[in-house]
Amino acid sequence: MVKEFDIPALPTYLETPKLKEGVMDGEGPFKSAQEFQNPLGFPGEKVDNWQKVAIDKIGEIKSKYRSVQVFLDSCVKCGACTDKCHYFLGSSDPKNMPVARQDLFRSVYRRYFTFAGKYFPKLVGAKELDNDMLDDWYNYFHQCSQCRRCSVFCPYGIDTAEISMAAREVLDVVGIGQKYCNQILGKALTIGNNLGLPEPALRDTLLDLEEEIEEETGGIAVKYPLDQKGAEILLITPSADFFAEPHIDGLIGYGKVFHQDGVSWTLSSYASEGANFGMFIGSYDVMRKAALRIRKAALDLEVSRVMVGECGHAWRVAYSFWNTLSGVGVGAADEFSQKLQDQLDHRYPQPQHIIEYTHDLIQRGKLVFDKSANDDRTVTFHDSCNVARATNMGGILGGQFILPREVIKSVCNNYVDMERSTIKESTFCCGGGGGLLTDDLMEIRVKGAMPRMQALKTVEKDNGVNTLAAICAICKSQFSKVLPKFDFDPYMIVSVHQLVSEAIIMDKRKIEVQEDKSEVD
Amino acid sequence: MSVISIFFTALFYISLIVFFIGMVKKIYQFGITPAPLKIPIAPTPLTQKGVVMRIIREIVLFESLFRSNKWIWLFGWLFHIGLLLILIRHIRYFWPYDLPDIFLLTQSFKYAAFVMVIGLIGLMLRRIFVDRIRYISAPSDYLMLIMLLIIGISGMIMTFTSNHTDIIMVKEFASGLVSFNWKNLPTEVYFLIHIFLVFVLMAIFPISKLLHMPGIFFSPTLNQVDNARSKRHIAPWALKQEKEHAIRLKQILGKDE
Ligand code: SF4
Ligand code: SF4
Repeated sequence: MVKEFDIPALPTYLETPKLKEGVMDGEGPFKSAQEFQNPLGFPGEKVDNWQKVAIDKIGEIKSKYRSVQVFLDSCVKCGACTDKCHYFLGSSDPKNMPVARQDLFRSVYRRYFTFAGKYFPKLVGAKELDNDMLDDWYNYFHQCSQCRRCSVFCPYGIDTAEISMAAREVLDVVGIGQKYCNQILGKALTIGNNLGLPEPALRDTLLDLEEEIEEETGGIAVKYPLDQKGAEILLITPSADFFAEPHIDGLIGYGKVFHQDGVSWTLSSYASEGANFGMFIGSYDVMRKAALRIRKAALDLEVSRVMVGECGHAWRVAYSFWNTLSGVGVGAADEFSQKLQDQLDHRYPQPQHIIEYTHDLIQRGKLVFDKSANDDRTVTFHDSCNVARATNMGGILGGQFILPREVIKSVCNNYVDMERSTIKESTFCCGGGGGLLTDDLMEIRVKGAMPRMQALKTVEKDNGVNTLAAICAICKSQFSKVLPKFDFDPYMIVSVHQLVSEAIIMDKRKIEVQEDKSEVD
Repeated sequence: MSVISIFFTALFYISLIVFFIGMVKKIYQFGITPAPLKIPIAPTPLTQKGVVMRIIREIVLFESLFRSNKWIWLFGWLFHIGLLLILIRHIRYFWPYDLPDIFLLTQSFKYAAFVMVIGLIGLMLRRIFVDRIRYISAPSDYLMLIMLLIIGISGMIMTFTSNHTDIIMVKEFASGLVSFNWKNLPTEVYFLIHIFLVFVLMAIFPISKLLHMPGIFFSPTLNQVDNARSKRHIAPWALKQEKEHAIRLKQILGKDE
């Protein structure tokens, strides 16, 4: 059951709201049941000595994560981050100000781990970890999409996402997990993807897709190979891509690009998921388990390249963490990683983003487009948080901003950016990241989307923007749901590779002629 | 030596020791705590040189703060730059020998006190009147500003009004602390307040938010190079875990990991 709530009006200018204490108080998202908790190694329900377990876990985390330790000690309460969170801007709840959110954690840390907090708790704002505090943790740390916008503006780079991940790990360890994330992780770790699509279902879906494309393109056989040993590229993509609009249109785009390049590629039924919700619950071990599946798939299928589809946090985990977690990259020590690294083709970055790949093909003149196919669209690009603030593309400074825009501009004639302070490293979150993409959190999702919607409204009015392109499965799902709440067309959200798909000219012969010509040149 | 001089002399060393031990412990703790994952935040430098430049810009110009909020930036920056200039000017008091000529240059730094106090007042007003910042403030946040304000204002009273303190005595006392040649200190009330609070501040440095000073160098979002794909980054505890896991993997080879 979803509770009724006000949908914020879109202001002409984004203003910092007056504080309204307690508006987002509540129970938080649905709690995870035993059946989802235990497989991840967490207790099924709140343990009896939860307080001790929690404090011990805080102690462990702060000794394992420099980020947490330094961030807890360094905040000066300058307030620079207070008006940077989309959830605060949309909800006016002061506990959604990044520093106040961190303080739920920090005040407990102070109380149990610092001299000042032990002996002068009132003076330094140190607080007991009691039931009320624990409820606040569960509620408000599930109102953070770990988007890291606040961190960009903090003079010490204090990253609320790190604190919210740590808090969620503590909550999991005392037995209060979030249903959405933990249930999904269970599916990903057993069946291979978040949707729980088993191999036969996946195979069927892909066959249907092949047929559909063949019909649509008038007989061009674009293939979606599954578990094909010896393929060059293993594509790891969010399982949403196999399933629903607008995601699947992106998958169609990838297939067409691979087809035009003439490269052999495959999906894996064992690791049919790019998303790694282990990051959302802050668990290194769970995240690693999910990442190891990908290493295994790459080894089993003997591929020489690993590529990631359009998914924001999947790309963050792949780009920044895979090498650490499972040795997809360079320089790992253990046997399996070494084997993989010998197997990978290091002329390409490993892993590589599909945008990097398509961009490279465009640069080399390998793809031909009819841009006018997208002439009914005026496109703007939503920089997804994890891509924008936590990764790079193309190995050039700010490549994660440049490459997707260049790809879009190569396939469309009409492109406009939203207001500068709402894009690139300052991009506003879609409101659904960080494990919040669940119906029981609809209120915070809609409120948190407000700043992004406001910027979109402006370019809609001023420039006639009617298409919002994104490269993240969560963004796409979230926008499909919240766009209509703000009187936008829900179908205006598209994959970047959908735009590619619509403009690409699927004429193999023409491409070959072009290639010959360029060789003569 | 008078009782009060003995008290302040002792307080100085105690504070200094607390400061020193506390800071070493904290920096050591920051240093040994591993950063298991690459988490640099955009705009992210791709090279080590870029990281160094980024930290320098943060420390000298408060770049992120500038991007964030011009008022906080202005007051924060004025306060810090004022404080820095004044600290430099104070070296003369602790210098146990004849003053080298270079110190003449720092003479005019005394006016930085105004800059510092203006910055502090601005920060204080924001803390009181902007509801968001009031909401996040604990008593210690105000207290810290008040202490700094009293230190700054008492110093200004001694420098710019007729309440001068015996500068020769100050110099003898202060340089005596450094060279272990202890002397009496002047007992004017402004001076006593001034140095009392300075010593207290020194002592609470390692247990307060003043830890942002070493903290900024250890912040993984700021100090990491964005090169995870080309260089493996792994924490000792994770490596240990990985090795143990590898042994287990060998035993179940062929089966699912
Ligand atoms: S949602 Fe984003 S901006 Fe808000 S607190 Fe979390 S990381 Fe910071
Ligand atoms: S910007 Fe950073 S230092 Fe300032 S209040 Fe926010 S988290 Fe604390």
